[in-house]
Amino acid sequence: MGVPVRRFDAVIVGGGGAGLRAALQLSESGLKTAVLSKVFPTRSHTVAAQGGISASLGNVQEDHWEWHMYDTVKGSDWLGDQDAIEFMCRKAPEAVIELEHFGMPFDRLENGKIYQRPFGGHTQNNGQTPVQRACAAADRTGHAMLHTLYQRNVRANTQFFVEWMALDLIRDAEGDVVGVTALEMETGEVFILHAKAVLFATGGAGRIYAASTNAFINTGDGLGMCVRAGIPLEDMEFWQFHPTGVAGAGVLITEGVRGEGGILLNANGERFMERYAPNLKDLAPRDFVARSMEQEVLEGRGCGPNKDYVLLKLDHLGPDIIKQRLPGIREIAIKFAGVDPIKEPIPVIPTCHYMMGGIPTNYRGEVVIPKGDNAESRVNGFFAAGECACASVHGANRLGTNSLLDLVVFGKSAGDSMVEYIKNEMPTWKDLPADAADRSLARIARLDGQTNGEEVADVRTAMQRTVQARAAVFRNADNLSKGVTEIQQVAERVKRTQIKDKSKVFNTARVEALELENLIEVAVATLIAADARKESRGAHAHADFPNRDDEVWMKHSLYYGDERRLSYKPVHTKPLSVDYIPPKERTF
Amino acid sequence: MTDFDPVELKRIRWHSRRGLLELDLVLERFLAQRFDSLSPAEMSAYKALLELPDNDFLDVVNGKTDLDDPAIMQIVEILRAI
Ligand SMILES: Cc1cc2nc3c(=O)[nH]c(=O)nc-3n(C[C@H](O)[C@H](O)[C@H](O)COP(=O)(O)OP(=O)(O)OC[C@H]3O[C@@H](n4cnc5c(N)ncnc54)[C@H](O)[C@@H]3O)c2cc1C
Repeated sequence: MGVPVRRFDAVIVGGGGAGLRAALQLSESGLKTAVLSKVFPTRSHTVAAQGGISASLGNVQEDHWEWHMYDTVKGSDWLGDQDAIEFMCRKAPEAVIELEHFGMPFDRLENGKIYQRPFGGHTQNNGQTPVQRACAAADRTGHAMLHTLYQRNVRANTQFFVEWMALDLIRDAEGDVVGVTALEMETGEVFILHAKAVLFATGGAGRIYAASTNAFINTGDGLGMCVRAGIPLEDMEFWQFHPTGVAGAGVLITEGVRGEGGILLNANGERFMERYAPNLKDLAPRDFVARSMEQEVLEGRGCGPNKDYVLLKLDHLGPDIIKQRLPGIREIAIKFAGVDPIKEPIPVIPTCHYMMGGIPTNYRGEVVIPKGDNAESRVNGFFAAGECACASVHGANRLGTNSLLDLVVFGKSAGDSMVEYIKNEMPTWKDLPADAADRSLARIARLDGQTNGEEVADVRTAMQRTVQARAAVFRNADNLSKGVTEIQQVAERVKRTQIKDKSKVFNTARVEALELENLIEVAVATLIAADARKESRGAHAHADFPNRDDEVWMKHSLYYGDERRLSYKPVHTKPLSVDYIPPKERTF
Repeated sequence: MTDFDPVELKRIRWHSRRGLLELDLVLERFLAQRFDSLSPAEMSAYKALLELPDNDFLDVVNGKTDLDDPAIMQIVEILRAI
């Protein structure tokens, strides 16, 4: 029985900001373009972004893309590729103005120009004074971006395949990408989508951690598909943590709470940030506060029955200030922490927020992997953009609001590269290999036939606990090496998961089992890459190697899943037009 | 739940996967605790609620805004309390 085949010029997996922006380039140039999404596109996780999108428009204060570039390089702790960073920061003003022309409802100044907010890490004059660079549509920037781009795509005749889950990447004997397999959830049928070019824009994978601000849908499918198809993953040791997620839930408590005077306490009731940061105390930079919190927990001064969280106290502010200046916080605390912050402190822990690593690409959105002497040889027909990709602009640590920018700049750039590739190099489709759907069919058959297996939810919890315990904010050699062993044991359990519901139609248990097969690849990659990096850089804070070591470690890691091994490639130190920004100590 | 065919119920479950973690957490509890015992009318009301954009849905669940339809508000009250 043959698997049905559908043909498109381009197939885009993912209908978030990155996928939609890329699709627009393709559809508007007249190519037949399909966008697959597990959920309705405007329900993609981009909808969660509130803070804004950065661009040196200079509408409120003087600003220049070179300053934005400096902040991004410094934020990346010199692991970002400076050609890609220059590309993104230079294109930012034009990308935001384009969104405005598409109809995105940005907040405005009285003179009609786009209003810009202050945001951590945005500065004038290479770190001298803060600058207002973040453009926002109230607290719904991501939502506004998704709706704007979706409408544009509908107009451009992009074909949407909603509630379709891509299962595997199809590569031919030469290693070129010729399509994907996908599951239509409505029918449970597997299809082959045959394409001249494929783009992954599948978003993040924050659900590998027990404590995550990410919605359930962020399961790293694009990364799992790459690993299974022999494509390496870049810089997977780097994950950004937000200091104050509600313990056990992950829901973010904004920095504003500490800005208004909220303080962090350990099990002894001590305001421990006074010890770590005598001046800035609870308002020290995000990664610093997160590391201090974790240190308290590691040293046994965590709170609760498992001593695994600290407390965010705000009752001393009084009910009026809490209600007036921190609207919504009380509801969140009551609903997700079960405490009323007017009377009791909120249990919080550093919470996984963003994946800096991902599928290796250049600034054109082409997926590039080592081949022979070439560290960055193009995988024909394969492109990636957004959080699942590593261009690499965020390096070891992302600057707030640079992700939404990444989506539109590299979404568009990848779309342009695909149009060029299809028009110049792909007059027709390459043949599908005879075994194109075999891997996906075998995965489904395994699940259907599995007996005496484990529950998906149990194995997922084991994975999340392991990653949380071994590779969270504060890392050390002993913990990481234990984590490498443990996560590989969990990976064995993933191979034996079992689902009770074997029906075909809308079988969400099957979808979750398939998602876990992607999450685990990301989790193993994270532990192996983190264990190997013997330095501290950006979000990778290693207790046994507390300093950044540019001599040895200013390089990107590449993780290969087939042999669970790593290789490395150099960081790009040549920007496109300006001078290299040489490394400095990252102080604030 | 005779009025809803099993496939439709599964579809509604999948549509309870949202773009916002806050909603995922509330709806996960709702699916585990209440979903199976909803009457057909309540199920229709829940289905209508799922049509809301995520941010509007969260505002409703957080009590920032209310909706006009009393049948839908009944489900909203369950979600607010859960
Ligand atoms: C709470 C929160 C707040 C944030 N705030 C900001 C902010 O203010 N500014 C900022 O710059 N960044 C912010 N970020 C980060 C930013 O929102 C994300 O990095 C970004 O939205 C990711 O967009 P994306 O297009 O790459 O992926 P997503 O928007 O996550 O979209 C992924 C798409 O891929 C689809 N998909 C995935 N797997 C499959 C599959 N197997 N088959 C078919 N489809 C699939 C999904 O259905 C979805 O359509 C925030 C993140 C969080 C968690």
